[in-house]
Amino acid sequence: MNTVATHHSRFGVAPTTMVYAAGIRKSYGNLQVLKGVDLTVPVGSVACIIGPSGSGKSTFLRCINHLEEINGGLLLVDGDFVGYRLEDNKLHELPPSAICKRRAEIGMVFQQFNLFPHLTVLENLIEAPIRVRKEPAAKATAKAMALLDRVGLADKRHAFPKQLSGGQQQRVAIARALAMSPKVLLFDEPTSALDPELVGEVLEVMKDLAKEGITMIVVTHEIGFAREVADQLIFMDGGIVVESGDPRKMIASPKSPRTKEFLARVL
Amino acid sequence: MTVKEEGRQQIDPNTLTVVPLRHPWRLTAVVLVVVGVLLIVRSAIFNPNFQWPVVATYLFNPLIMNGLGQTISLTFIVMVLAIVGGTIAALMMLSPSKLLSIPAMAFVWLFRGTPALVQLILWYNLSLVIKNFSLWIPGYGTVFSVSTNDVMTPMVAAVVALSLHESGYMAEIVRGGLKSVNRGQGEAAACLGMSPGLSLRRIILPQAMRMIIPPTGNETINLLKTTSLVSIIAVGDLLYSAQSIYARTFETMPLLLVVTFWYLAVVSVMSVAQYYLERYYSRDETRHQGGALALVWKNVFRFRKNEVVA
Ligand SMILES: Nc1ncnc2c1ncn2[C@@H]1O[C@H](COP(=O)(O)OP(=O)(O)OP(=O)(O)O)[C@@H](O)[C@H]1O
Ligand SMILES: [Mg+2]
Repeated sequence: MNTVATHHSRFGVAPTTMVYAAGIRKSYGNLQVLKGVDLTVPVGSVACIIGPSGSGKSTFLRCINHLEEINGGLLLVDGDFVGYRLEDNKLHELPPSAICKRRAEIGMVFQQFNLFPHLTVLENLIEAPIRVRKEPAAKATAKAMALLDRVGLADKRHAFPKQLSGGQQQRVAIARALAMSPKVLLFDEPTSALDPELVGEVLEVMKDLAKEGITMIVVTHEIGFAREVADQLIFMDGGIVVESGDPRKMIASPKSPRTKEFLARVL
Repeated sequence: MTVKEEGRQQIDPNTLTVVPLRHPWRLTAVVLVVVGVLLIVRSAIFNPNFQWPVVATYLFNPLIMNGLGQTISLTFIVMVLAIVGGTIAALMMLSPSKLLSIPAMAFVWLFRGTPALVQLILWYNLSLVIKNFSLWIPGYGTVFSVSTNDVMTPMVAAVVALSLHESGYMAEIVRGGLKSVNRGQGEAAACLGMSPGLSLRRIILPQAMRMIIPPTGNETINLLKTTSLVSIIAVGDLLYSAQSIYARTFETMPLLLVVTFWYLAVVSVMSVAQYYLERYYSRDETRHQGGALALVWKNVFRFRKNEVVA
């Protein structure tokens, strides 16, 4: 199905790797935010990223789908670059249309939901499949209804986003991302803008997705969720990955003193 | 506390009623205004100098109708050009490239900063400084050449001057609308694989519209009235047609009343259209009650929100 020649073998990356990041660097002017981030996320696994505010978690996530351009390092999603094409050992920047195509395979869920307020719930879900993937309306609608059913909001299909609670909006946002059948889903603090009593319903949906084997990278402050669902836990601080590994082991006995200090604060 | 204080009456909360505060001064003011309006209307009706029968005969005069048509089509053409030009200028102003944003800002500064009347006369007199428009390609020669006098007819000068002037205002309106849309909307669209153009058309502009429509409606109404300036350079608009009649017949007042009537009529129609447009672009807001006429009616006779006058 994938006709794009992948660079798995070329860079010695296992074909079962969905996201491969090595030495990712990113600066805003003089401020270096990412100072060489390494991360490997296998297909079907869940990676949770934790870390103090300003450590570069969001920036890293936004580099994965090329919302931000990286200044250095190697970043492959499903064995290929997102914003570039490799030719003659040089990275050529892709035109916007090609970047869009690659981005459509990488779903993203935001802290602020970012639902389209002028469209109904159903329209939010079918907009991109119809306009970007050129799916027939009937097929897109059927798929959208199935997804809404899955997040328990089928009866809200004709509501506008602002008529929904925060938790409901975030579940719609997750369904909207899934409507493009992405290869990997990125979550940037999906529950941080929610009232405490609404956090659970969103985490439940995410746990279901993890069980179904969807590859996810989740920036979160919900240590309990990470312990229960994540296959690997990544602790970022100061623009690097300080420690990563099995979440239960890492939470129980962190190796780095910085991890220990951070976990003591949030637990 | 079960202790009952002495001297306190037993009150049944179900029988309590509220006596509204009277507003005697407001009532007085209303009476004064009504009497004043009646006096003015009466003097206008019974003053023979207004020549109401003459007004009636000219109301649908072919020359007036033709002028009205010119005024409406000029407004329409200029507004369409201004919306296109203003949107382009707004997109350029918001571009990260200084090569695009600075010329656009200069354009807005230039055409919004000079009076419409001055620009109108300037464009009309363009032939004084530029004699010919010609396209010359090196090695090929002159492709075409026309004399400015032939191109700059009064109507063309009017369209050019007014659309440039109006573009300046529209650019600012569109820019404000685009900036009012949350940045996350564009990012969410991009993450779904939408191209910048698609995202602009389907996600950003529809949301910006809600901020853009009301001031654009006001601009169109303003423009309709501004077009009366073109009578200065002999474009046969509504005012010019009326002037050309009363220059002959000296029925100045009745003809100006005819003009006033038509401007008011068109503005009223445009206000209703604007109402429906606004409602369409805010369909996710709570739905309005009743139709446009009900709203006009309610607004006309509303003394204070949710309150009947004393
Ligand atoms: N567009 C930008 N321009 C300049 N600096 C930025 C930009 N985006 C982020 N930064 C800076 O980069 C650093 C890392 O930001 P980032 O949002 O990635 O942190 P974070 O780990 O997600 O923090 P939080 O937990 O608060 O979301 C911060 O110091 C921030 O000020
Ligand atoms: Mg963040």
